[in-house]
Amino acid sequence: MITHPFTYQAPTTIEEAVRALGGAGEAKVIAGGHSLLPLMKLGLAQPEMLVDLRRIASLGEIRTEADGTIAIGALATHRVITHDQTVRAKLTALAEAAGEVGDLQVRARGTIGGSLAHADPAADEPAPTIAFDATIRAVGPKGQRDIRARDYFKGTFETALAANEILVEIRFPAQPARTGSAYAKFAHPASRFAVTGVAAVVTIKSDGSVERAALGVTGAAAAAYRATEAERALTGTKGDAKAIAAAAAKAADGITALSDLVASSEYRKHLVTVYARRAIERAIERARA
Amino acid sequence: MTASTTPTYIGARVARKEDPRLITGEGTFTDDVTLPGMAYLTLVRSPHAHARIRRIDTTAAKKEPGVVAVFTGKDLEATGMLPVFITVPSMSGSKHMPIATDKARYAGDAVAAVVADSREAAKRAADLIAVDYEPLPIVVDAMKALEPGAPIVHEELGSNLVFTYPVKGGDIDKAFKDAEVKISQRIVNQRLIPNAIEPRAVTAKFEAGELTLWSTTQIPHFVQLIAALNLGLGQNKVRVIAPEVGGGFGSKLQVYAEELLVGFLAKTLGRPVKWTEERREGYLATIHGRDHVSDVELAAKRDGTILGLRVRTVANVGAYLQAFAPGIPTILHVFIVPGAYRIPAFDYEMRGAYTNTTPVDAYRGAGRPEAAYLIERMVDRLADEIRMDPAEVRRKNFIAADAFPFNTISGITYDSGNYEPALDRALAMADYKGFEKRRAEAKTRGNYRGIGISSYVEICGLAPSKVNAALGVGWGGYESARIRVHATGSVQVFTGTSPHGQGHETSWAQIAADALGISPNDIEVRHGDTFESPGMGVGTFGSRSLAVGGVAVHKAAEKVREKVVQIGAHLLEASPADVVVAGGKVFVKGVPEKAKNFGDISMAAYLANNLPEGMEPGLEATVYYDPPNFTFPFGTHIAEVEIDGETGTVQIVKYSACDDCGRQINPMIVEGQLHGGITQGIGQALYEGAVYDSDGQLLSGSMMEYHVPTAEDVPPFDLDSTETLTNTNPLGVKGIGEAGTIGSTPAAVNAVIDALSPLGIKHLDMPLTPEKLWRAIRASGEGRR
Amino acid sequence: MPHAVAVTVNGTSYPREIEPTLLLVEYLRETLGLTGTHVGCDTSQCGACTVLVDGRATKACTMLAVQADGAEVITIEGLAKNGDMHPIQRAFAKEHALQCGFCTPGLMITAVDFLERNPSPSDAEIRHAIKGNLCRCTGYHNIVNAIRSASAEMRQSAGARPKVAAEVKR
Repeated sequence: MITHPFTYQAPTTIEEAVRALGGAGEAKVIAGGHSLLPLMKLGLAQPEMLVDLRRIASLGEIRTEADGTIAIGALATHRVITHDQTVRAKLTALAEAAGEVGDLQVRARGTIGGSLAHADPAADEPAPTIAFDATIRAVGPKGQRDIRARDYFKGTFETALAANEILVEIRFPAQPARTGSAYAKFAHPASRFAVTGVAAVVTIKSDGSVERAALGVTGAAAAAYRATEAERALTGTKGDAKAIAAAAAKAADGITALSDLVASSEYRKHLVTVYARRAIERAIERARA
Repeated sequence: MTASTTPTYIGARVARKEDPRLITGEGTFTDDVTLPGMAYLTLVRSPHAHARIRRIDTTAAKKEPGVVAVFTGKDLEATGMLPVFITVPSMSGSKHMPIATDKARYAGDAVAAVVADSREAAKRAADLIAVDYEPLPIVVDAMKALEPGAPIVHEELGSNLVFTYPVKGGDIDKAFKDAEVKISQRIVNQRLIPNAIEPRAVTAKFEAGELTLWSTTQIPHFVQLIAALNLGLGQNKVRVIAPEVGGGFGSKLQVYAEELLVGFLAKTLGRPVKWTEERREGYLATIHGRDHVSDVELAAKRDGTILGLRVRTVANVGAYLQAFAPGIPTILHVFIVPGAYRIPAFDYEMRGAYTNTTPVDAYRGAGRPEAAYLIERMVDRLADEIRMDPAEVRRKNFIAADAFPFNTISGITYDSGNYEPALDRALAMADYKGFEKRRAEAKTRGNYRGIGISSYVEICGLAPSKVNAALGVGWGGYESARIRVHATGSVQVFTGTSPHGQGHETSWAQIAADALGISPNDIEVRHGDTFESPGMGVGTFGSRSLAVGGVAVHKAAEKVREKVVQIGAHLLEASPADVVVAGGKVFVKGVPEKAKNFGDISMAAYLANNLPEGMEPGLEATVYYDPPNFTFPFGTHIAEVEIDGETGTVQIVKYSACDDCGRQINPMIVEGQLHGGITQGIGQALYEGAVYDSDGQLLSGSMMEYHVPTAEDVPPFDLDSTETLTNTNPLGVKGIGEAGTIGSTPAAVNAVIDALSPLGIKHLDMPLTPEKLWRAIRASGEGRR
Repeated sequence: MPHAVAVTVNGTSYPREIEPTLLLVEYLRETLGLTGTHVGCDTSQCGACTVLVDGRATKACTMLAVQADGAEVITIEGLAKNGDMHPIQRAFAKEHALQCGFCTPGLMITAVDFLERNPSPSDAEIRHAIKGNLCRCTGYHNIVNAIRSASAEMRQSAGARPKVAAEVKR
């Protein structure tokens, strides 16, 4: 039940949607609705206007550009991302993270754009988004701009998006050869959000050593973060069990970990190190395959 | 079983008669009932766990468009108090009004009511009601509630002590003097939230002096009775309908405030009223279950012989006594604590305590899971202490098969039992002998593997009315059944039971079919409508329906059958002793070709012009069956778990159980009851638990926080059964609704503790969540990381 | 302000004027009287309200009715075709996969969506697929059996093609 009244429109172009957002009163963008509507039902969000993107067909596409960039439209559902052959092959950690979101129904309707715009600290897709160094493309009254994923997540439910901007696309740069990635998650048993989710992206050299490592961590802190200490520790190593364990042990360094009924901050930090190791192991395995 | 016919349908996996409507969306649940001109009730609930209500300002709410009326507690005192059906000795009963008038005693206590033309308007208006609260000191913990100086929940009672309930047998001092082994253990049985997937709802209309009330209830007749008494209506003018009810598990075994309020408001406002619970509201305002803290001492010999058991328990009843609350930790708990064992000395003192929390009442198993968990954990603690196989400790102390009927040390009489075959079968199913190899293999992967046994006994078939009276239960324990055979031969069974998933329409039809020699397809079972019932029904709870209500159906069917035989004998000009009723026919033994159809007999009963001398026309029978004793099903459950050594996450890798519920009417339904029960019990062991903070706020306040098991949280179940009939009733049936819940919790916990016992871990409190296990592993110094 | 919408439910188009605040499940249950779709929670957890929206299993409590304008919705009432039960319905009855029946419509709808995309699932995949549907009665054991049994029947009849590609274009 939603008791707070609002007006609703479903424009057919991005420009129209941006104009609608700039109108009077507090307006919110709605896509799959799986972040916003639960809040509205609890009375925690009371927008005066909803701008629905569902009629803007171009926002649902996943395409590969000439330079290998994979551009995922904001309206792509978690399920479409999970099953997309390109995403599975090139952005495995993203496909896995999308496949771990909520449950079947949430994945069937919830969108990546909605998830990133909402910026729940326990959402899954922020982890691979930052690990792959993706770019968030937003359109506002002044036109389009690209925001680096690492600059995009500002805090709990806080992003670099302005109130009158619409997230239209997430752009994943082409990954070098011999890159493997994986997402490992400890799910909250009731809400199914991530208590800890780690996306690892690892590129290896021809001799098998680690050329580059990126770790995106969600669920553990106020916002998704890159575990830079762990990345540094892994880079240049042989990528063997010992090196992986040593690097993973640093994945929660310096964070202020969240705490709830399922996991205290101490346990959460421990989980980050365990799931970092599991994600790195699988990522390296794939990079070598 | 009486020798009327050879069972044809009893024992068969007959497809459920309920299913066609439920799988097509045609079933009608309470919230599906919409009436013209209907108004909607919303309750304003206290955010404070304990607060005096100074003033309530409803001015703004009354002005909200669509609002019909706004009420505070004082305006609604005419609904009367909520009932408590059980009075145990020394009980200090609480005054419980549907809407609090003086103070709120738990977060969720209703303080005002709004009726409006729509749910939305009612909710908006409810948000506009300003309540001036004076916050009072809060007590959440039951042990603390009994300490001197604790905040008092009901000042007029002087203390928070609800009752002290002692049960003793044998010489407990001697037992501990003779003991070679003494084990002390605090055992916590945490608070659970029932979570029937259908939220509660009530709809009512008042027309021509008659109140019709649809409710999500397990006990429509009690709702009818209390509504009539409290609202000043004749019982003949109150019709309560429990339509499809979406699970109960004890949470709908109440006469709730909302039932009385909706009934009262429909009558007062002259238009239909509906109330539907929101899930988060239900977490506060629908009863919780369990919540015991027990200090247990066990005396034993080194050879595993149990000598005595001493228990001191405090049960948290919450802020008010609910309908059956006084009986759950006492009658349904204390007496069955000795379980499957011959225990020479027993000393139990149960105390109840009021706290500023949601009231606690029956949740699946209701007192018996707490008992089984207590004794089964202690048996495992003993086995660990004396380094004996837990299966052998059980075997050593089992009540012998030839000892039944067995008078327990707690003072009750077990009807029948044969515990070893069920244990042996379960051990074989679980490959218990091969377990240590699997433990060793798991260790190579850094994981801990354990196996846990639970051999439970439980109480079903509530209850002989005289025993009820002796125990303080303020109503009889019978059940009613009426069987009506129409002239054309179609048959209706009316039952006083009120199923909400148990499949009575099918099982009762099977029972009647065997007695009447017809097919269950030709029998319609009707329930859950007090104007259609035989008169008074007690309802569906405590695994009583089959052993009492099913037997009532059987007895009614036997009566009808007897009349069929008499009429048949008359028409066939034979002796009744030679008449066979089978396959839809009535014939003389050995002469099936000269049979009368069942419908010919029923037609004759109504034509009434050719009946045996002195026989009344018509073909129907009503039975009120009062059982002579309880029944005591039993079984052994075995869980095998593997714990992730790094994270503490538990996975149940195999689950085996052998249960004995006496004769099974429909094994398919029996297994289904076990599957669901086991899952709820595993939920308690590993996942579920209501968590309050010290301010009495329910932190696990929604399905976002409270872990109701999903399909990925439980394994497939490997089930088998033994059959030990009871002599308590002619069908030999015992009951199976709660056995799974009772058996599974200790099995799962024992398995986890067994897995961790190489680390020196003796006991951990439920739920055994990953962090709890991780901490225990780490504290033992064995954690890998 | 009311919006004019037309949602096709179980093959019939229903033009209605509705408020934007109306949830799809409220539209189905209260506006159209299709009460086979149930509401079991208020936090999008239990899945009792699951319906198919353009072929996708959707929690109807987490979608506005105005968002379904022009969509094709299938509810439990529309699962049987011309009186012939859907294989999932037959399987649920055969395997005793329901007790109180409250969560059942949502579970069957989720299973239909799932089986159309994964015609030969493992038991683990089935359990994962129904994680968003809570059942308190059955312990899921027989539900898993029913979905497996229905998958076998559905494989035999044609038409079990993955629909994911079609979703991308929407």
